[in-house]
Amino acid sequence: MSELTGIGVSPGRVAGPVCRMAGPPALPASPVVVRSVGEALEAVAAELDRRAGAASGPAAEILQAQAMMAADPMLREEAERLAAEGLDAAHALDAAFARHRQALAELGGYFAERAADLDDLRNRAVAAALGLPMPGIPAPGRPFVLVAEDLSPADTATLDESVVAIVTEKGGPTSHTAILARARGIPAIVACAGALSLAEEELVSVDGAAGLLRTGLTPAEVASVQAAHREERARLRAGRGPGRTADGHPVPLMLNIGSAADLDFCADSGDSEGVGLFRTEFLFLDRRTEPSLEEQAAAYAEVFARCPKVVVRTLDAGTDKPLPFLGLPGEPNPALGIRGLRVDRVRPAVLDTQLEAIARAAETATADVWVMAPMVTTWQEAAAFAAAARAKGLRRVGVMVEVPAAALMADRLLEHVDFLSVGTNDLGQYAFAADRQHPGLADLLDPRQPALLRLVAECARAGAAAGKPVGVCGEAAGDPTLAPILVGLGVTSLSMSATSVPAVREALAGLTLEECRDLARAALG
Amino acid sequence: MPERTVAVASRTGLHARPAKLFVQEAARLGVPVQIRVDGRRPVPATSMLGVLSLGAVQGTMVTLSAEGDGAAEALDALAALLSRDLDE
Repeated sequence: MSELTGIGVSPGRVAGPVCRMAGPPALPASPVVVRSVGEALEAVAAELDRRAGAASGPAAEILQAQAMMAADPMLREEAERLAAEGLDAAHALDAAFARHRQALAELGGYFAERAADLDDLRNRAVAAALGLPMPGIPAPGRPFVLVAEDLSPADTATLDESVVAIVTEKGGPTSHTAILARARGIPAIVACAGALSLAEEELVSVDGAAGLLRTGLTPAEVASVQAAHREERARLRAGRGPGRTADGHPVPLMLNIGSAADLDFCADSGDSEGVGLFRTEFLFLDRRTEPSLEEQAAAYAEVFARCPKVVVRTLDAGTDKPLPFLGLPGEPNPALGIRGLRVDRVRPAVLDTQLEAIARAAETATADVWVMAPMVTTWQEAAAFAAAARAKGLRRVGVMVEVPAAALMADRLLEHVDFLSVGTNDLGQYAFAADRQHPGLADLLDPRQPALLRLVAECARAGAAAGKPVGVCGEAAGDPTLAPILVGLGVTSLSMSATSVPAVREALAGLTLEECRDLARAALG
Repeated sequence: MPERTVAVASRTGLHARPAKLFVQEAARLGVPVQIRVDGRRPVPATSMLGVLSLGAVQGTMVTLSAEGDGAAEALDALAALLSRDLDE
């Protein structure tokens, strides 16, 4: 038995056989032909159709559309023509895909986004022609530990319950992999050196809190780890009620959601106390034109009807997360450019319409509706946002703290707004000058970094002095080992994915407020 | 050759869900139908990549053409599909 260590990003102890995600196939220098062009494309279409059949909703539609592209008559004709001219199947497929990819990329906008889909299909088809395993999330038809270099957002769309754990060689605590794993409650380890050299089918255990992977388990050991895992899940799920420390200090546990549909998954969280982060981007994605006031108001009202309290975050887009209808030019440094509230500088009508829609939906709602802006940097920005929101009739107005400058001036910000919500992911990225997605900087992005915790402490102190709430809605809030530290720093509420609530509730219930403060003092190092 | 020219009604254009529904219907009908936008080479209506490559957005005029048995009925069915907002 041996061990691999990485960064634990999603807690839970599970075990199962390793199934590795194959990387993109390389084109061989000399021809290798296992399948013809037609056979390879048919195999890809069949595989995607099979997956579509096992999926439902939007994921099934996306997979069907991809299967149709793989079965495309023009693509096949072109690849077969190239093969008839003397190319081997893999090169013929590669060239045919490249031509269609370029045609789509030249159209720009939505059509260009489909070009990336073609890359995945190309990799699958070339692998099929060469007789290699198809890249993408494996589907062995039984539970498995998914081992990959890293996962792309496209990969994660097809994850299902058969993935018992995720282990990646790259990635950091705030990477897509980590966020997705926590949202789905899948134990995960990132930045796990040596993971890719694990043998296929090897039985391993994964501790997603400690970041520890053990190899060489027996089937009986796997069964006992899995049984303990199921018991633990059931025990946590049985937990109910509002968040509080052992001595009864209340810490509301709220949910991070992206749309009303996410609330369907929240049943497992056991009486959450509302929504602490309602991301509104979903309404704007994949849109060529801005959603109308009426459409927005209806979507917000749907969420307001189902929760006692909702904190709405206004559109968090920009050059880092481009939305076609905003029409923003590219920037060399999007993370440091026009994003979040800064979009208001160039497209003021968008925020104005959104605030109007939120106010309209709030008017008739029973929910307590709070609104906050992302990426606020100065108190002047906070004051301007608060004035704009209050002019629409919104009563509880706050800002997110994601920029160190805002954290350092938290007291001044609170002269103008009613609450702060700390986004620890971006705050870490900016405080440590470390790209959130950078695979090699995971240690700098660890939310336990004392410098990050000091910035959170500054916000909490300012909140206590002003008598105003300061919550955390970043990934740190959902970590049962960090949540008590945040509470000890003076954070008044925690917002997280629904699957994180039970473990955080239990962690807080086991400690007094004074014990949380002791942990916090030690953590500020 | 029988033809029908219609404006694409779907909000997202002939892309994503609308493109998929159109190509599926063309394949189901089994009549070889071509689709083109003005001044460009026609593509088979059963080709997802061909249909996407038209770059048709909401309001783009597209022309369907087909010959032989069932051509008129297939063109009517596909033209009707394009005139609906398939994003609904």
